[in-house]
Amino acid sequence: MFDFISDYDNPTLLGAFWMTVKLTFFSGIGSLVWGTLLAAMRVSPVPLMRGFGTAYVNIVRNIPLTVIILFCSLGLADIFHVTMGASDFKVQGFRLAILGFTAYTAAFVCEAVRSGINTVPMGQAEAARAIGLNFTQTLRLIVLPQAFRAVIGPLANVLIALTKNTTVAAAIGVAEAAYLMKQMIENEAATLLIGAIFAFGFVVLTLPTGLILGWLSKRLAVKR
Amino acid sequence: MSSVLYDTPGPRAKRRNVILSVVFVVLLLLLAWWVWTALDDKGQLEWSLWKPFTQSDTWTTYLLPGLGETLKAAALAMVIALPLGAVFGIARLSDHRWVRGVAGTVVEFFRAIPVLLLMLFANEVYARSTDVGTENRPLYAVVTGLVLYNAAVLAEVVRAGILALPKGQTEAAQAVGLRKGQTMRLILLPQAVTAMLPAIVSQLVVIVKDTALGGVMIGFTELLSERATLAANYANVIQSFVIVAIIYIVVNFILTSFASWLEKRLRRSKKSTGAVLGVDDIDDINAGEVGGGFATGASA
Repeated sequence: MFDFISDYDNPTLLGAFWMTVKLTFFSGIGSLVWGTLLAAMRVSPVPLMRGFGTAYVNIVRNIPLTVIILFCSLGLADIFHVTMGASDFKVQGFRLAILGFTAYTAAFVCEAVRSGINTVPMGQAEAARAIGLNFTQTLRLIVLPQAFRAVIGPLANVLIALTKNTTVAAAIGVAEAAYLMKQMIENEAATLLIGAIFAFGFVVLTLPTGLILGWLSKRLAVKR
Repeated sequence: MSSVLYDTPGPRAKRRNVILSVVFVVLLLLLAWWVWTALDDKGQLEWSLWKPFTQSDTWTTYLLPGLGETLKAAALAMVIALPLGAVFGIARLSDHRWVRGVAGTVVEFFRAIPVLLLMLFANEVYARSTDVGTENRPLYAVVTGLVLYNAAVLAEVVRAGILALPKGQTEAAQAVGLRKGQTMRLILLPQAVTAMLPAIVSQLVVIVKDTALGGVMIGFTELLSERATLAANYANVIQSFVIVAIIYIVVNFILTSFASWLEKRLRRSKKSTGAVLGVDDIDDINAGEVGGGFATGASA
């Protein structure tokens, strides 16, 4: 029943899912860094930075991810020869996809982090200043620890959505799960079985992430 | 202005803010200049490449029909997914354990799978087991994929909407002698739907964005794939991407603004005792998301 799977070696089934994991991992780190920077801008005292952060989030959030990923390949790579330091076509597609996912997901990370900072009541900072803590101390000891604990749940949702969104990379020929599924489903008669295999793969990837991080966010939530 | 992160600025902080603003403006200008010269180097600023967008037949031949298909697929998906989602959302609140269990499994399953996989699968099933013509098949597949995923998301929205109602509503309904079905149909659901409206409208943004997947992966002739045809005619890849992105931004921005306007209005007119489920209450982003939206859809 599963014989046909061994016919595919470019990529193999496991190789395709491994690519999905790699895309998620690197884009996750990238968007966490860029998203946190954006959130910092959105809560900064400088109006211009706040404006830039707001504009970025509202613009990027409203563009389909497919448009962004396709633009990375057809616009950045083909016309501006942005190669991301890659020597061959496959590596280039992989890195461009990560660039696109990072740019897109960062907007959602930014909103999650910002909402976390907003959950910390003003009184906490006022009390911190009253006992003589300076700005860095207030931030490091009072505000950020509470903000990060509030933000685990929303960030877990962003991560799960990112995992599912990496399938869009198939549109620019990155050999991940959706790419392989499209090939298999067109060539084999076992449509239902192939659908079930790939669905199962994504359930395995996303369900534990949701359960573990959901449990963690409940455990670490600041009870108010 | 004071916030949890910084105090109302004094003279020194004000000076520092001015310096930071100036540095930031300079950085932004450098970035803009760099983008401009990069465009110029590749000859992308030439008027001949932008000119098609000032001509009406570019719009009537490519962009508007494409946008029409995008909106058609999104509207169809929403209209079908909403009642389906309501059924599953209510089933998840059933008193019978097996109904709850089955509905819960179905909802969690379809929420865990990327929309793109659902579309690819639906496309193949339509090709092999039905007599849907090749002309309609992409639309059918896109709508099917969107319905399966978004019905699951909307089921969660409906459930949250009903759970957000005060318990007294159910108790009062039972006290006047309504049966379970009547309580749900006459008392809980109408109130829940009002509370959910903003969340439902913002889910539309996710659906609009996700239609783009069908254009690239299964040949649905929506806005993004019309862009490809357009760019093949005029050799204006960058320009067509810019214009298409702007169209998506405008459409989705209108939807987002409408959703938050609705939310404000519902919160203000205190006709219901329950909470209003806002734009940010759907805990899922897709991108077309594949998308979905933690805030407004994410998905892709």
